[in-house]
Amino acid sequence: MSAAVSVENLRIEIAATGTPVVSDVSFAIAPGEILGLVGESGSGKTTVGLALLGHARRGLRIAGGSVLLGDRDVLTQDEEERRKLRGSAVSYVPQDPASSLNPALRIGLQLREVLDAHDSGGARDYSARIAEMMRAVALPDDRAFLKRYPHELSGGQQQRIGLAMAFANRPRLIVLDEPTTGLDVTTQAHVLSTVRELAALHDVAALYVSHDLAVVAALARRVAVMYAGRVVELGPADAMFASAGHPYTRRLIGAIPRLTGGRSLVGIPGRALSPGKRPGGCGFAPRCDLRIGQCEQEMPELRPIDTDHMVRCIRAELVMTQDPGKAGEPVEMPAADDAEVPALRITDLVASYGRHEVVHSVSLALAAHECLALVGESGSGKTTIARAVAGLHHAWTGTIALDGAELHPSARKRGGDARRRIQYIFQNPYGSLNPRRTVGQIVAQPLKIFGTAGGREADKRVAEMLERVSLSSGYARRYPDQLSGGERQRVAIARALVCDPTVLICDEVTSALDVSVQAAIVELLGSLQRDLGLSMLFITHNLPLVRSIAQRVAVLSQGRIVEAGEVGQVLANPSQPYTRQLLSDTPSLETAIADVSLDEPPAETFGK
Amino acid sequence: MSAVKGAGEVGGGITAPAESPVPFRNSSLIFRALRLWRTRIGAALVGALVLLAIIGPYVAPYGPSVPVGEPNSTPGGNAVLGTDYLGQDVLSRFLYGGRGILVMAVIATAIGLIVGVAIGLVAAYARNALDDVLMRGMDVIMAFPQIMLALVAVAVVGPQAWVIVVAIALTTVPRIARVARGAAQPVVERDFIACSEAMGVPRWRILFGELLPNTLGPLMVEASLRMTYSIGVIAALAFLGLAPDPNGANWGTMIQQNQIALSVQPWGAVMPIIAIALLTMGTGLIGDGIARTAAGIDRSRSAE
Repeated sequence: MSAAVSVENLRIEIAATGTPVVSDVSFAIAPGEILGLVGESGSGKTTVGLALLGHARRGLRIAGGSVLLGDRDVLTQDEEERRKLRGSAVSYVPQDPASSLNPALRIGLQLREVLDAHDSGGARDYSARIAEMMRAVALPDDRAFLKRYPHELSGGQQQRIGLAMAFANRPRLIVLDEPTTGLDVTTQAHVLSTVRELAALHDVAALYVSHDLAVVAALARRVAVMYAGRVVELGPADAMFASAGHPYTRRLIGAIPRLTGGRSLVGIPGRALSPGKRPGGCGFAPRCDLRIGQCEQEMPELRPIDTDHMVRCIRAELVMTQDPGKAGEPVEMPAADDAEVPALRITDLVASYGRHEVVHSVSLALAAHECLALVGESGSGKTTIARAVAGLHHAWTGTIALDGAELHPSARKRGGDARRRIQYIFQNPYGSLNPRRTVGQIVAQPLKIFGTAGGREADKRVAEMLERVSLSSGYARRYPDQLSGGERQRVAIARALVCDPTVLICDEVTSALDVSVQAAIVELLGSLQRDLGLSMLFITHNLPLVRSIAQRVAVLSQGRIVEAGEVGQVLANPSQPYTRQLLSDTPSLETAIADVSLDEPPAETFGK
Repeated sequence: MSAVKGAGEVGGGITAPAESPVPFRNSSLIFRALRLWRTRIGAALVGALVLLAIIGPYVAPYGPSVPVGEPNSTPGGNAVLGTDYLGQDVLSRFLYGGRGILVMAVIATAIGLIVGVAIGLVAAYARNALDDVLMRGMDVIMAFPQIMLALVAVAVVGPQAWVIVVAIALTTVPRIARVARGAAQPVVERDFIACSEAMGVPRWRILFGELLPNTLGPLMVEASLRMTYSIGVIAALAFLGLAPDPNGANWGTMIQQNQIALSVQPWGAVMPIIAIALLTMGTGLIGDGIARTAAGIDRSRSAE
């Protein structure tokens, strides 16, 4: 049996300048095998995924190497041959199903198009094949369903249509580009198992591109880790998670929140450099604490350290002797204040959008100096609760009390002191900072509004606050578009904390960030919460993350709190079926490694 | 392109970003638009004609209403561009005739811009019945053709300068308001607006401090377009005999007065026609350049 696809020395560069974006990438995938391609934003993983279809995004050029699909080299084919190839021999599942399906066409027609494009002969009636495709992805195959438009489907259903289209012509290779990002864990679990089944059933080789190691671990037996445009580690998933040979992989694993243990997360200091700024030697050297002189001078080769396990690090043997658990220390949570009056009390909150009630009689108490995690899937009402507390959502009944004093539904009608003491950090740092203001102006805004400080004093407070969130005061003169996502979120944290609030609401603050950046932000929030004695409402859909930051957790489902309690208690012994389901659907490294070892022995893999 | 340097190494070992996408600032939008030839040509045309209108009266050889020779005499002698239908010097009247049009057009556009932006931003931010009320009101005004409304206003009140300015400003308002509302709507949904609301920032400061700076690109384009139309309408009204001073020097009036003699002494009509054409082309080109630059920003911003 030969590899379904083999990539050799792939090199992709910026067309205008010749700056390499991806270099020296080689791997092979066997039929029926799923290879996970992991990397953070800017690592070049999507670029590699698209190159497998012979495609380079605008401004990029595939400059060298080969992508052998069977015995044909995709890169030497002309456009017409590639067009025939795409959708039949190679197919692609993009990240966002909502934007990849045509909103104006019924889904039945879109499925038909895929078949029609690559099947000139034979009958024009594809009903039987479409029905078969729909059953394969566990969707109804009746006419009424096929007549729906994409917006009438849920996100998970849309992505399964994407999978059905990708598998429709029995491709030999399928490239999945973060297909579950933005889906709930339950939906994600369904989509992942569909991918696994279909790939095995039809002997399709799959490249699963993701930033989420835990998801990849749950799906793929072999994983390639990319950093700064190169594969830094390639090997069996279980071996890699047990003892990674590259310092980057190791740090990445350390940054992943765990369901068990309650370790603190450790982010990776520094940031990945963009193409053109990468150092001459090992790309990770500037951020590596094990670097030696040689690392900075020459690019290490990808070399085998074990069967099928290759690492691009000259000190891999030393790296592997490091304690794998070094990454995180157990978190010591301060005891919550058991005072009579909690910092924030929500009683019988009923919130609605128009006539649609989304939160049904929720009661919560947030003790002083406590971090309470509010966990739920999208649509569970968690953001609505947060916005009601912040005075941004007005249509609710019940009471919300800050230190015993009831709050008006609208932030405008609240006293300045109440507004100052409740601060809100938004999910998306790309939307929460005004692009026309400098970081200094953004952080100083609350000081002006609440009249805390002005002039020199304000500048001093801003500089202090920026240092506090690990940004230098020099950042004050920058604009948000000059910052990375993690830096922007730090600015948002600085803005929230500059006026000494007592209650901090964090609404999915890490969901738009890379795993290592998420770890750093959670680490920062945790230490700030402990040092400043904040009461924090930490909203997330990521259950393992809760372990690293919160003392108590409340699980929200369809606008109701189904379970609440100490974090350790709830995660270890969930009493409710919903919580158990949520836990079992959450991909995590521990369960993934356990799964792999329990499964039948791995299929033949392809070393190089 | 980073304007800020020297952030360097910071606590936690985070290295400052060395490069970033081209920052999108209001001032730099105009400067970057000036890299395009169309914008430069437009700016040169507008600059030259504005200069002409401003200094024209000081360099004119005669006053605007001084008879210098036979009516409709061809160029030569003491009248470089010949004389008009009353024997006045064409060059002098041409040099005097731009100022009035330009001043009125600028004031009308400015009023239209200020009122239109205010209405558009308020409508976009309100997100409720007020939005509908304001925008349907705008639709009503927009239902009347610009020149008709101006004609009615002038016919009722008389051809005074302020009437013309107000009438043109009024017809400019709904068009600006539409653009402002359209540009502001996506911005209103962004979290930094919600953040300001949670802090209790006064509404007017959210409108003009947070919202307005993020809508300037499309507004600059629309403003230059409105300027073009205002010049056109003012000239057209003058051509129809509805200038503040029916006998004063005014490019529109000149065209009307000298069109009869077009075959004998074309300069009296052709000079103002060329001036108006170049001026409107210039403002149009500037708007086009800004629009292209603003759109180009989105294209260069393709991160992974």
